[in-house]
Amino acid sequence: MAKFEGYKDIYVFVEQKHGEIANVGYELISEARKLVASIPHMNYQVVAVLLGSDIKGKANEVIAHGADRVIVVDHPLLKDYSTQFYSDALTQVINEFKPDSLLTGATVLGRDLAPRVAARINAGLTADATKIEMDPEKKDEALLLVTRPTFGGNLFGTIICPDTRPQMATIRPNVFAMDAPDANRKGEVVEFTPNLSDTDPKVVVKEVIAKVVEGIDITKCDILVGAGRGAEACLDMVQAVAEELGGAMCCSRAVVDDGFADKAIQVGQTGKTVRPSLYIACGISGACQHVAGMDKSDMIIAINRDPQAEIFSVSNMGFVGNVEEVLPLLKDEIIAAKKA
Amino acid sequence: MKIVVLVKQVPDSTEIRVDKETGTLIRAGVPSIINPDDLAGVEEALKLKESMGAHITIISMGPPQAADMLKELYARGVDECILITDRKFAGADTCATSSTLAAALNKCGYDLIIAGRQAIDGDTAQVGPQTAERLGIPQVTYVDEIRALSDTAITVKKALEDSEEIIEAQLPVVLTTLSGMNTPRYMNCNDIVDCMNKEVTIWTFDDLGIDESKVGLAGSPTKVHHTFTKDVSAATETFTLPAGEAAKLIAKTLKEKQLITK
Repeated sequence: MAKFEGYKDIYVFVEQKHGEIANVGYELISEARKLVASIPHMNYQVVAVLLGSDIKGKANEVIAHGADRVIVVDHPLLKDYSTQFYSDALTQVINEFKPDSLLTGATVLGRDLAPRVAARINAGLTADATKIEMDPEKKDEALLLVTRPTFGGNLFGTIICPDTRPQMATIRPNVFAMDAPDANRKGEVVEFTPNLSDTDPKVVVKEVIAKVVEGIDITKCDILVGAGRGAEACLDMVQAVAEELGGAMCCSRAVVDDGFADKAIQVGQTGKTVRPSLYIACGISGACQHVAGMDKSDMIIAINRDPQAEIFSVSNMGFVGNVEEVLPLLKDEIIAAKKA
Repeated sequence: MKIVVLVKQVPDSTEIRVDKETGTLIRAGVPSIINPDDLAGVEEALKLKESMGAHITIISMGPPQAADMLKELYARGVDECILITDRKFAGADTCATSSTLAAALNKCGYDLIIAGRQAIDGDTAQVGPQTAERLGIPQVTYVDEIRALSDTAITVKKALEDSEEIIEAQLPVVLTTLSGMNTPRYMNCNDIVDCMNKEVTIWTFDDLGIDESKVGLAGSPTKVHHTFTKDVSAATETFTLPAGEAAKLIAKTLKEKQLITK
């Protein structure tokens, strides 16, 4: 008899807001597809859980992004996120369908919901995973090896949940790549009706204030030029190079702390996680807190005057030099290359 | 109004370095600090005490040395500090920690519970919500402003990715606070001297009336499989060139990789 009778498949909680599905759900579905492909003998499926009101119409979009099955929980009380109703509904889905593992985006919503549900069912939950694999030594079960940074990115821990199911983890947006959707993909839609017995909300959202988004969302940029403390004297040149490349400027925490840039463009442990095609690190020393937020970039080029700078160890190309001298020349070279 | 703030003593993670020979953390000489998100929670509690009167209890779980950190909080103006410490609590993950904290909270009583959003050593942000779940009370996470408090309800501002929400919650409730929401006050010298005479209440396993299977390593569904420090990527090539040649080589590489387009 299996160790966890009846527990099967990799589930992904798919977050939506006003009926729009957040990319992180699709990133997790893409990663879950790779995980199930790595254990073909287990015959696992990728199952998405979609909570909302009037949301069933979105199930096909979720299937196109890689789900074999979508469990739709459609209820008026689930229209907007509520800790109370979402945790009640998701717990009931878990108890009914018995996921072997459940992945959730480490968004503000996911980090509110997942711990609450994990505590209710006493399941193990690993926060902010950066890598998920199947344990190759455990052939008869699908034991997840979930790796996450701790101590501000100085140390990595691989966490397992050997004795409880589902194995739960949250993953930050942009950590995993999203596969292109396939509109011809076939999948199954299962509707589930939750029993929300206590319908009196204990927490009520009185007002929603849209944040004024200043500038560009760096998590969606394909090219980023990052400024560190060593580039504080030439931020306009960092910006100019970014513009010439059709990208955007971002920065390390030091630059924000020193008052030279807005926190919205901060990359790293306490800022945003990015994975552009190109990341040019200018005067960034490469503290692990910063590296944790950008080391999945496809190509990293670093310019730093200190040959011992940590940033060189994560870069594909490193240049020992003064950014104040290199950047204006680089800008000219880019302009010339565009004309060539 | 009885406010309880949950506080953790953490190593200052910005001061931690890795021993590249052994791949372990160098902890010697790393200062212990009050977790920044928790300290913001303490400051909010103190502001509420000043504006409307409240009794502030601090609860911390950790090793006996954490008592010194708690004494410092007396100097800031809190009324009572409780340290939960026992070898039986060692190795607790967030699941076991929240069970332990909930037992302590039930013992001391509360109207409002404030916890920091996350600790800078573990970065999980799970203990606040999991404690709320264990107590069966609501939660509001990512709070960056407390706007109003009455005997039965609290109004707060929550920070989301692209918006803010004004939220009213019934008491009792768990709030998790963000370090940027305030600037913690300075302590004056007299208060620091006075606080050294104040006592920190110590609660051990036997004081909490909790099942041994729910605490420490035994009560933790997550286990550490292994730890490692980051391996150095092998693909690095580092050049020391005059600025002009460096700029040329970068531009040439970007062009080859089709990262420069018209």
